[in-house]
Amino acid sequence: MEKNNIVYQADDFLFTDNDEDFDSYSGKSLSYWSDARRRLFKNKLAMISLFFIILIFILSLVIPLISPYTYEQQNLLNINTPPSAQHIFGTDSLGRDLWVRVWYGARVSLAVGIFGSIIPSLIGVVIGGISGYFGGKVDMIIMRAIDIIMCVPSMIYVILIMLYIGSGPIPLIISFALTGWMGTARNVRGLVLQLKEREFVLASKALGASSSSLIFSHLIPNTLGIVIVSMTMGVPSAIFQEAYLSFIGLGIAPPISSWGQLANLGTAVFRIYPYQLLIPAVMISITMLSFNLFGDGLRDALDPKLRN
Amino acid sequence: MAKYIAKRLLISLITIWLLATITFFLLRTLPGNPFQSEQILTVEMEQKMMSYYGLDKPLMEQYFTYISNLLKGDMGYSLKYTNRTVNSIIKSTFPISAELGLRALALALPLGLFLGVLSAKKRATVVDYTCVFISVLGVSIPSFILGSFLQYIFALKLQILPMAQWKSTLHTILPTVALALSLLATLTRVMRASTLEVISQDYVKTAKAKGLNEFEITWSHQIRNSMVPILTMLGPMVASVLMGTFVVEKIFAIPGLGQHFVNSITGLDYTMTMGLVVFYGSFMVAANFLVDIAYGIVDPRIRINK
Repeated sequence: MEKNNIVYQADDFLFTDNDEDFDSYSGKSLSYWSDARRRLFKNKLAMISLFFIILIFILSLVIPLISPYTYEQQNLLNINTPPSAQHIFGTDSLGRDLWVRVWYGARVSLAVGIFGSIIPSLIGVVIGGISGYFGGKVDMIIMRAIDIIMCVPSMIYVILIMLYIGSGPIPLIISFALTGWMGTARNVRGLVLQLKEREFVLASKALGASSSSLIFSHLIPNTLGIVIVSMTMGVPSAIFQEAYLSFIGLGIAPPISSWGQLANLGTAVFRIYPYQLLIPAVMISITMLSFNLFGDGLRDALDPKLRN
Repeated sequence: MAKYIAKRLLISLITIWLLATITFFLLRTLPGNPFQSEQILTVEMEQKMMSYYGLDKPLMEQYFTYISNLLKGDMGYSLKYTNRTVNSIIKSTFPISAELGLRALALALPLGLFLGVLSAKKRATVVDYTCVFISVLGVSIPSFILGSFLQYIFALKLQILPMAQWKSTLHTILPTVALALSLLATLTRVMRASTLEVISQDYVKTAKAKGLNEFEITWSHQIRNSMVPILTMLGPMVASVLMGTFVVEKIFAIPGLGQHFVNSITGLDYTMTMGLVVFYGSFMVAANFLVDIAYGIVDPRIRINK
């Protein structure tokens, strides 16, 4: 056994001076959200991704307005021209300007991506919340239903729904809303089940809080972080689904453009004109990458368990 | 345990029955009929076709016929592929999709788990950042884009691999890689996160304090415990990968099962769609069932003894 080498000094046993300015070494106390924001702003990768997302947003709004061409304007004398000063991204097989089509397509893809992620997440929060909070039979029925629905690839339901209501951005969002809520519902239910048993919920129940104040002031705020992260992560997957559906000819029909649809048209000719696939492919990938990295950053910022 | 398995089996059967029922009625409420798109058909011919396949009978009667045939394992004739049963179409195309899926899994699973563990062990080093970057890139590039570029580079420019089709081992390389990258990326992500969670647990510290070497700790304490989340996702992942992915199969002209998922629905081929949904659903249910049993093997704490 080694000897204890710590040397004690007399003032170790004195009372500390409580009047001293504690803030100077303990730091300001931060709320959960401002702490998360600080953490997020410090994450360089997430900030670069956010910059790209905002840039793509702005360009998609501005470019179609200031360009001399429209997204559906054809010029059959000028087809399949490679990128040049006149047509920054070149033209496609109908002589349409790809620069405008890419940024117009960005509007469609981003709208489908964002709404196609937010709406199903909200539905998932409500259903998962109900399931977890009320428990018992309600919970069992909802969870069984989710098990059954999840046995089939959601793409089958999406295609079925789109056969009902037609193709286009809004039918896409509706079918994502109807088929994409199960994952979030499961997560939220799990969280609510855990939270329900926590001391602060018990305490507030003991103080006579009503169901609604329990739900709105304790349960929802505590699941919010995870829901926001799953929404952010849902955007790239909705963009991907849109691209996938348009690629197989079901999502967005011409002449409206979307990235998936541009990629679809691009694959038909990419052996001769590779830039027509390369451009939408890079756009899809950069956007999905940005949302994924930003989502990672958000999760690190919002999930206290991952803090180091 | 036997009672638990019996109960799960019963629930699985009910799940598949409900699935078949819901899909049956959903399909039939779609506007149009399967023979509309064939323009040569006159109205009389169309009606003849409908009555030939029994589609003019009352819906409930059709439903009971279908379910009783399904119980015998007969999924009926395809409405689009003349004279071919759904069973025979599945039998001839499923092995191709399954082979492609297995190849992709054989590539992605060991590599993904390895990169995940490596990444977590070397946290916040160049190795970790590289693994994370690969995994984010993998989930950010859609497989159809990756597939097209693989074709462009390796078949068109370098001319070292065949462009498409499914004939020899050489033909399988590009589609396997195209399919495997996103699997690899997902597996790496999940494995990294779950290993990170396990790495700081008390029993790992205890193992270290006991004087176990690094390899033993990693192998029998960390990997084993971080496998649970992987198992959860592995069931559905294996099921969906084996069923074939439409896009990869389309790009590489592979005659697998994936194409039928889309074509049968858009062509209103009722029996084919039903057959695929039931087949896929049963596969998914079976996969989840196996995963539940595997939990008990990996983690004795969740072993069920009711």
